[in-house]
Amino acid sequence: MRAFISSLALILSALPALAFEIEENVQFPAANQTAELRVISTADADLFAPFITAFQALNPGIAVDYYVVSSSEIMVALQDEGERFDLAISSAMDLQIKLANDGLALPYRSGATGSLPEWAIWRDRVFAFTQEPATMVLSRADFADIDLPRTRQELITALRDHPERFRERIGTYDVRESGLGYLFATQDGRTSETFWRLAQVMGGLQTQLYRGSSDMIEDVASGRIAVAYNVLGSYAQVREDLHDRIHIIAPEDFTTVMMRTVLIPANAEAPEAAGRFIDHLIETAWTEGGGRFAFPGITPARLSENASLRPIQLGPGLLVYLDRLKRRQFIEEWEAAMVQPG
Amino acid sequence: MWPFHAPGSIRLRLTLQLLTGAAVMALVLFLIVYSFARQIGAESQDRILSASATSILDATTVQSGNISVDIPYSAFTMLDNSVDDRVFYRITQDGEGLTGYDDLPSARQDQGTGPAFDTVTYRGEELRIATLTRRVSVGGTPTRIDVTVGQTRDAQADVLARILRMTVLLGFGFFAASALLAILAGRSTAASLSRLAESVSRRGPQDLRPVVAEVPSEMRPLVASLNSLIARLSAALTRTEDFIAEAAHRVRTPLATVRAHGENTLRRVSKEENRVSLREMIRAIDESSRAAGQLLDHAMVSLRADQLELSPVALRPLVADLVDRLRPVAELKDMDLRFEASEEQEVMGDTILIQNAVRNLLDNAIKYAPPETPIDVALTRDEATATLTIRDQGIGFPATGADALTGRFARGENATGVIGSGLGLTIADEVARAHGGTLTIANTEGGPGACVRLSLPLR
Repeated sequence: MRAFISSLALILSALPALAFEIEENVQFPAANQTAELRVISTADADLFAPFITAFQALNPGIAVDYYVVSSSEIMVALQDEGERFDLAISSAMDLQIKLANDGLALPYRSGATGSLPEWAIWRDRVFAFTQEPATMVLSRADFADIDLPRTRQELITALRDHPERFRERIGTYDVRESGLGYLFATQDGRTSETFWRLAQVMGGLQTQLYRGSSDMIEDVASGRIAVAYNVLGSYAQVREDLHDRIHIIAPEDFTTVMMRTVLIPANAEAPEAAGRFIDHLIETAWTEGGGRFAFPGITPARLSENASLRPIQLGPGLLVYLDRLKRRQFIEEWEAAMVQPG
Repeated sequence: MWPFHAPGSIRLRLTLQLLTGAAVMALVLFLIVYSFARQIGAESQDRILSASATSILDATTVQSGNISVDIPYSAFTMLDNSVDDRVFYRITQDGEGLTGYDDLPSARQDQGTGPAFDTVTYRGEELRIATLTRRVSVGGTPTRIDVTVGQTRDAQADVLARILRMTVLLGFGFFAASALLAILAGRSTAASLSRLAESVSRRGPQDLRPVVAEVPSEMRPLVASLNSLIARLSAALTRTEDFIAEAAHRVRTPLATVRAHGENTLRRVSKEENRVSLREMIRAIDESSRAAGQLLDHAMVSLRADQLELSPVALRPLVADLVDRLRPVAELKDMDLRFEASEEQEVMGDTILIQNAVRNLLDNAIKYAPPETPIDVALTRDEATATLTIRDQGIGFPATGADALTGRFARGENATGVIGSGLGLTIADEVARAHGGTLTIANTEGGPGACVRLSLPLR
């Protein structure tokens, strides 16, 4: 009886920890452990692993407990559940800004953060360390006899011209489920009306909805779908094994560029080690050849050499689409366009 | 010692007063600029908050009986700034939260419709909030929409800190420039005073012309007073010289007349005792004449020595001339007046004074030495001085207190048998001093008689 009560208590006390949905948990133990970094991240562990290993080589004794979740789950964990994490790494810039704006992030200053340009840092709390374009990933097989679309307009034309080929064979983010998908869609909608016409066409062809880029890329490669829209280019680039089956196209009318950001949550227990992790992240990302790990690092030349790149600005503007009413309206509109009866 | 009322230096007082003024002005300037900047900063933040709230309110519509708020992207991007201030907002319908941060306070205290502003503490930070209100009709029912937008004040604090630094620098610069001007003003005021003092003290002793230096108007009364004083002094000096000349004339002329009458009478009188009396009288008249002459000489010497006017004086002809003029007097006593001079000697001095001194010394020698003794007058020189030595073979000076004889009206104890004023040595001594020379009196070594040396610096 007593054992039952104590185990019940254990289960009850463990419950809040399980309230947010963990996709993957990877331990990076350290010999002679002096600190443990609990990292909550939207980046796949195998993409991030080389970087963590390099960090541990430079900072022995720091173990890393790496949790992969969806971007909205980071909000659940940090804002609603008050979970303890030392670092939050996310592709959903708007949610990161909201965390910092609402006072849920610690400020951090160092030589490395001081070297960041103003647009890559917000309030000494949110630090950008990658630039990742939203791309179209196309199946080589399905576009063998069609001109490769370079813009959204050309994609619309291709879809309209070959409805039978593309029916139920288009994929994009389900913005209701994915924070990054919502960010890409809202930025697209803000930048150009073309997005809504594209959404209409895609909805008419019964587009498949996904929660992550990796699945879309693999499905394009396998031939299950022919077009994936708003896929993280960085994920597609690293899948070199699939490059003979897919095209990765950054739309030339405009390419939304997401910056992956990192912050130290307010209830971090090892903020000092977290700061060193951020320094390492910035130093790696901001030097030439920052692609030592999967994410294309930011180089100052990249933005100026391509005028169609539209980086999403870190700032309070990102809070707009997080507004309850605004989000509800946007999703209603998006559903009206994208989710049409077949 | 409060420097403002201390009678010390005008320059110091002026400088301190100007510096104090400059410090007060700098402080006032600082306070005005700073408070103005603070106000402008607050106003510009209020304007942006108000614009943001307005753009949200403009995007608030009624759609099929429901309030719909479509916050424009620019509503928040316009609040973006260099220090990334935090942004909060809240939209309410009749006080009920529609969207945004439900615990954000409202700045609206009244029922008005214009923008209301307030500064509140929210989530541990100072927040400037603006609230705008609009009344809309939902299905015929009036309802009130409040939009509140808030922003932290870090950027404003940042700008204020920069303005503070700037203003402090400005204040200090202003003060430094004023201080420099104050020092210059103090210096130039003191300079015009010292220029006047210099122009007055640079004048020659005979220069009693009025001061005509260009001076600031405030100093003109001083110069006028000074000129009036100079004029009075000049008049007094002229009067004194006139008086001396007049006195000499008026005393000597009647005495000479009386003496001439005496001599005439002496020739006509044959009775021996009457002749003795007459000779005594004539002698007394001579003494009086001489004393009057010496008194006037002394007065003249005192006057001229005070305002010594130097010109080259050739000593040999001067002394030779006097020796020649006094030789008849010496010969009356059968005295041999011998003069020898090695070479020409020139000193810088007042001819009249030197003549006076030499004449008195020769006169003394003739008077106090016994008859039928020689008097040797020699003019010698060494490197820097010309020395006139007069030796007689008379009674000499008393063994004690030879120096005291140069005092006015002092006479040697052993000279009681001779009538004299006691002014001769005094005159010679004063002349010697006025020329930077010396008068030494001593008894001739190894013999009877006195030895007087007048030394004057050579030109």
